[in-house]
Amino acid sequence: MVQTDNTRFQEFVYSVYKSMKSFEIFLVYEGIITHGLIKTFAELTETSITKPDDPQTIQQRVFHVLVETLQNISKHSDENEISSQKDSRGIFVVARSPGEYSITTGNLVTSAKKEEISTLLNNINHLTRSELDNLYKNQILQGHVSQRGGAGLGFIDIRRKTGKKFDYSFVPVEKNMYFFLFTAFIPRKL
Amino acid sequence: MNMMHIPAKEDTPEIFLNPETGNFKFSGRSLPEDVSNFYSPVLHWLDEYLASPAENTVVDFQMSYFNTASSKIILDILLRLEKLSAEGKNVRIRWHYPKNDEDMADAGIEYSEIVDIPFDHLPY
Repeated sequence: MVQTDNTRFQEFVYSVYKSMKSFEIFLVYEGIITHGLIKTFAELTETSITKPDDPQTIQQRVFHVLVETLQNISKHSDENEISSQKDSRGIFVVARSPGEYSITTGNLVTSAKKEEISTLLNNINHLTRSELDNLYKNQILQGHVSQRGGAGLGFIDIRRKTGKKFDYSFVPVEKNMYFFLFTAFIPRKL
Repeated sequence: MNMMHIPAKEDTPEIFLNPETGNFKFSGRSLPEDVSNFYSPVLHWLDEYLASPAENTVVDFQMSYFNTASSKIILDILLRLEKLSAEGKNVRIRWHYPKNDEDMADAGIEYSEIVDIPFDHLPY
């Protein structure tokens, strides 16, 4: 690397550092999301991401949202057409503000999956707590564990436990593929 | 039939199923990579137990965490026990939860509303 490039790169790293400080970002990961990794990060959440003075219920919710969202990526991530590997690549970012924690994930999805996810999340975002409880009960009674190992309950459960609407968007990346960004917020007060 | 004991791992709970005494216990965490694969021997064991159950069945749940896929399987376990209860056997669920974990307390209440079995809600 020539000197000027290296200086620019170091400036970039410094700007990442400053952004992380200002957004209170505690954890960033980009790469293949495996079950082993989920176990490791889940352990980390229990011990060092949440503040010890946050109520136990809040710490458990951060743990829960992390597990559910990462398992979503590891089970549902769509293979990039270019890639020949069956990798579940993605990014996730855990941040803390005075009022809440946020967990943001990003991964590639097909356009068919985009439609499915938008419909689901839009529906869940507009439901009241009692409607969410009813939907959860219907789904747990009538649903089945899919071949991919999900029970169709993750988003419903996160939304009803946190009480916060999800933020989500889809960035077009190539033909029929989108980068799906999803954020769940966990208030720090019960 | 044989007793079943599955030791705890970092992502799966400890499970004790004693067919003689009718005492069952599930404790720890449940977020296995393949929830169906992990629980299928347990569900098969329970199906066999239903054919020749003990007079009294007492099931302790003392989970510190379970993911939503596991929550579906826990319901499958409870629905099997509900069958036993409907056949006139004594079945009791003891739902233990950390006293500062609201969501684990709520999960016990929700299950007790879905299945028709006596539930004790026990903070610890």
